[in-house]
Amino acid sequence: MRPAREHYREVVQRTPFHSRTAAANALNLWHRWRDYTVADAYVDVGLEYVALRNACAVFDLSPMTKHRISGPDAAAFVDRLVTRDLTRLRPGRVGYCVWCDDRGQVIDDGTLFRFADDEFRLCSQERQLDWLLRSSLGFDVAIREETAEVAALALQGPTSCAVLAALGLEGVAGLAPFAMRSFPFAGAELLVSRTGFTGDLGYELWIAPAHAEALWDALFAAGAAYGLKPMGTHALEMSRIEAGFIQAGVDFLPADHAVRTDRTRSPFELDLGWLVDLSKPNFTGRRALLEESRIGPRYRLVRLDVEGNKPARDAYVYDDKRNVIGAVTSSMWSPMAKASIALASVRQPWGRPGDELWAEIYYQKELKWNRFNARCRVVEGAFYQPPRRRATPPPPW
Amino acid sequence: MTRYDAIVVGAGHNGLTSAAFLARAGLRVLVLERNPYIGGATVSRELHPNWIYSNCSYVCSLLRPEIYRSLELGRHGLQVVPYGGGVTFTRDGDVLGGYVDKDVKRREIARFSRQDADAYLRYGRDVMRQCRLVRALLMRTPPDPTSLRPRDLRELVHVASEFGKLGEAAIYDTLRFYMMSIADYLGEYFESDVVKANFAGSGIIGTALGVQSPGTAYVLLHHYMGEVDGQMGAWGFARGGMGAVAKAIASACTASGGEVRVDAPVGRILVRRGRVTGVALANGDEVFAPVVLSALDPKRTFLGLMDQADLPPEIVKRARDFKIRGSSGKLNIALDGLPSFPALGPGHPLLAGDMHVLDSLERFEKAYDDWKAGTWSKDPYLDLLIPTMTDPTMAPPGKHYMSVFVQYVPPKVEGRDWTDADRDAFRRTVFQQISRYSPDFERLVLHAEVRTPRELEAEVGLTEGNIFQGELTFDQLLFNRPFPGLAQYRGPVRGLYLCGSATHPGGGVMAAPGANAAREVLLDLRRPATVPEGWSDD
Repeated sequence: MRPAREHYREVVQRTPFHSRTAAANALNLWHRWRDYTVADAYVDVGLEYVALRNACAVFDLSPMTKHRISGPDAAAFVDRLVTRDLTRLRPGRVGYCVWCDDRGQVIDDGTLFRFADDEFRLCSQERQLDWLLRSSLGFDVAIREETAEVAALALQGPTSCAVLAALGLEGVAGLAPFAMRSFPFAGAELLVSRTGFTGDLGYELWIAPAHAEALWDALFAAGAAYGLKPMGTHALEMSRIEAGFIQAGVDFLPADHAVRTDRTRSPFELDLGWLVDLSKPNFTGRRALLEESRIGPRYRLVRLDVEGNKPARDAYVYDDKRNVIGAVTSSMWSPMAKASIALASVRQPWGRPGDELWAEIYYQKELKWNRFNARCRVVEGAFYQPPRRRATPPPPW
Repeated sequence: MTRYDAIVVGAGHNGLTSAAFLARAGLRVLVLERNPYIGGATVSRELHPNWIYSNCSYVCSLLRPEIYRSLELGRHGLQVVPYGGGVTFTRDGDVLGGYVDKDVKRREIARFSRQDADAYLRYGRDVMRQCRLVRALLMRTPPDPTSLRPRDLRELVHVASEFGKLGEAAIYDTLRFYMMSIADYLGEYFESDVVKANFAGSGIIGTALGVQSPGTAYVLLHHYMGEVDGQMGAWGFARGGMGAVAKAIASACTASGGEVRVDAPVGRILVRRGRVTGVALANGDEVFAPVVLSALDPKRTFLGLMDQADLPPEIVKRARDFKIRGSSGKLNIALDGLPSFPALGPGHPLLAGDMHVLDSLERFEKAYDDWKAGTWSKDPYLDLLIPTMTDPTMAPPGKHYMSVFVQYVPPKVEGRDWTDADRDAFRRTVFQQISRYSPDFERLVLHAEVRTPRELEAEVGLTEGNIFQGELTFDQLLFNRPFPGLAQYRGPVRGLYLCGSATHPGGGVMAAPGANAAREVLLDLRRPATVPEGWSDD
C-alpha cells in the first residue's frame, strides 16, 4: 500500500509543534525548510538572539533529516561511511561527522547518535537515503529515513540545563557534551542529547510526534522563570556563525548536488581536517584524501574578523595585491564578539592566520550605496565559545 | 523576372528563422511555402469552428532564448506560458504526480520508492550536466573534426574545453550517456518501475527506438535542455497554439523586409554550372537568387527538389540512407467539457500538466514491438495535454481542446500505405487507451483530427512522419548531422544551404538550425553577423 497521495494539498507541511509555534509567532514570519514551515522569528530577532545568549531559547528542529541505521553491520557501515575514527563513539554518545564521496568531496556533515552497538541515528541537513543505501551494499544493515517520526527541539543557552532540571529530568546536569540519555516524560520517552548548533551550552530534545505539544507546553511552563523564549531560524543562524559552524548549501555545496564538478570541497578545505582519520584502513574517500594530504588542498575555509561594522555579505575576498582569492559565504555583526565576522572560502595558500586579506563590502544607507575595502584578520577557532558549553555539570546560568 | 538575395524553401519555424536573420542583415529574402498557411509542424489551425489546435508540435521549451530575444518575438506577439507538471497513470488506478514543487515531487516519488525520491536529485544533477554540455553547442556550427581550417580548430578547442569542464568522472559518464538506452540509464538511478516509466517517455518521443535501444538516453536531452524564462527543463504553451511561434518569427521576418509567400510549392531547385540560381515553382514560375536555403530534410531536398545529376553521387547515396523513420501520431480533439480522470479527481492541479499512460518499461518495449511488427502500438504511449486548462484562447469558455501525442505509429502498416480504415482503427486504439483513464472522455468528443505518419508527411512534409526530420541517434548528430560533409549547413552545390531540423542541433521547436544556417550564409556573403552565437550561464 502506497502512502496517501493527498500530500500535495499541503505543499509545505506543519511540524508536530506547529500549533504552538503558530500561536507564538506574533510576526507571522515563516520560512520553508524542505517539507516544513518553520518560524523565521517569533517576536523580535534581536530579543530571541539575546534570550539564547543570556537565558535560553528553543528552536523547532523537527524538519532536520534523520536516518535510522541498524543491524549487525551498522557499526562497520557507519565507520566506512564517515571520515573520523568512531571507536570512542560508545552507545549513549553522539559524534559530529562528515562524509565524502569517492573523490573525497564532502557530501554533508551531521551528528551520529549511537543508541546501541548496532543502532544509530544520523542527522543531517540534506537527505541521504540514496547515498546511504548505495554505499551500504555488502553490509548487513537496515536503513530508513525517520524524519517525520521524530519531533525535535533545540533548547540552547546558559539556563537551558536549569530549565530541564525544572522540567523534572533528574540528573540531566550530569550529561556531558555529546552525551545523550532518555528520560520518562508524561508517559513517553524523551531523549535528551547535549548537542546543538549554537556553540553554547544546550540540548536537543527528541520525542514521538504525538507528545510534541505536551513537551512544548511543559518546557515553557518550566522555563518561565528562566527567561525561555522561542527562537526562529534567524537567531539560530546568528549563533551558528558566531560558533563558526558551517552549513550545507551555504558554506559548501554538497558533492552530490554539484552540477559543476569543481564547486565541491574536501573536509580539509572546510577546516574539518580534524575529523579525518587517515590511519583508518578503509572509509569512503580515503584514497582521494590521502592524495590530497600529500599534494595539499585547493581551498581553505577561514573565519574572518572584518574591519568596520558592516556585514561582509557575499563579499569578494582579495589578497593584498587586489587579486580575488575567494568569497564570503556567511557574515554578520556579532553581538558577542562585538565585531563584524565572516566565514569565507579562499584559494590556497591564502588565509593563513595573520595573512592580510581584504573584503569588498557594499552597503546602503538611506538608499545611497557605498563601497569600501575592509581589512580582514584570519581568526583561529570560533568567534564565540563560552566555557560553560563544555562544563559538566554546567553552571546554573 | 524577380530576383532575391536568398530564397528559403519551407515556412516552418526553422525556415522562417533563417529568413528573419537574413532579412535583418539587409538581404532581400523570399520564403516559399507550399501550404496555404505557414508554420510547417509549428502550426495552429481551426479545423472545428472556434477551436484552435496545435496540430503537430504542441508544447514549447527548446526555442532558444537567444533567438526569442534577438528577433524580439515577444514584441511580435509570442507569449510562452509554462504549464504545471505532469502525471503517469498506473494500471492500479493510482498516479505518480510530477509536481512542479520539488518537495511535493520528492514526496510523491517517495510514495513509490523512498530511495528513488532521493536518487531523483542525483538524476537531475547528472542530466543537468549533460544539458549544460549540449546547450553550449546548440547555437554554434559543429566543427569539422577532420578540418585544419582555423575556425574548425578553434571550435574544436571550444568543444573540448566545454567537455573538459565536466571533470574526469563526468567525462566518462558523458561518453556512456550518448551510447546508452534510456532503460539502462534510468536503471542506474531508480528501482521503481513506475518511476522509471515516468521518465522513460522523454527518451523515445519521436524516435523509432525502444526504451531498451542504445542511444535513447541522449533523446532525453531534447526534452530537458530547454527552459521557460530560465526555468531549466520547464515546458510551456505558446499562447494561441504553436502557430503563434511561426507567426511571431514570420512577423519579425516581414518587419525586416522579408517576404513570405504561401500556396507556392517549389518544384525544383535550379542549378547552373555547379551553382544555385533560384527555384522553379510547381506552377512553372521561376524565382532567382544566388542563395537557396532548404528547410526540408535532405531526402526531400536532394532527392525530391533537385536533379540528381547535379549532385555528387555520395550525397545522393547518403540522402537515401539518412535515417528518418516515423514513429508517432497525433490526435487533436475538441471536447464539449472537461473529461474526468478518476485517479486525479476534480480540480486536481495536474489536470493542467502532461499526462502519460505507460507505467512500466515492459509496456514501453511491447509498444515498440508492435511498431517493429509494422503496426501501431495496441497499448500505446500517450503524451496527453489539455492546453485549455492553461490557455483560454484555444476553445470557447467551458469547452476544451485535448492534444494527444501517440507512440508508436509506423510509417507504413505491415508494409503497405495507410488507409482511412487503418486511421479509424488507430483512432479507436487511442480512444480506448484514453478511456481507460478517463471513462467519460469519449462522450465529450465533438471533433477529432487524427494524424498518422501518412498525414504528417502529406500535409507537413515530414518524411515518414518523423517529427525530428531525422532520428536523433549518435550517428546522425553534431558533425554527422544530417551526414558527414554536410554538417555545416552548406549543401553540395554552391549557394545551397540546409536549415531544417535535419541539421545540427536537430529537432524540436528550437529554431537553432535555422539560426545557425543563417549565420553561415552571412559569413559566406561577408555580411554583418545578425545571429547570436554561443551560450553560457557561468
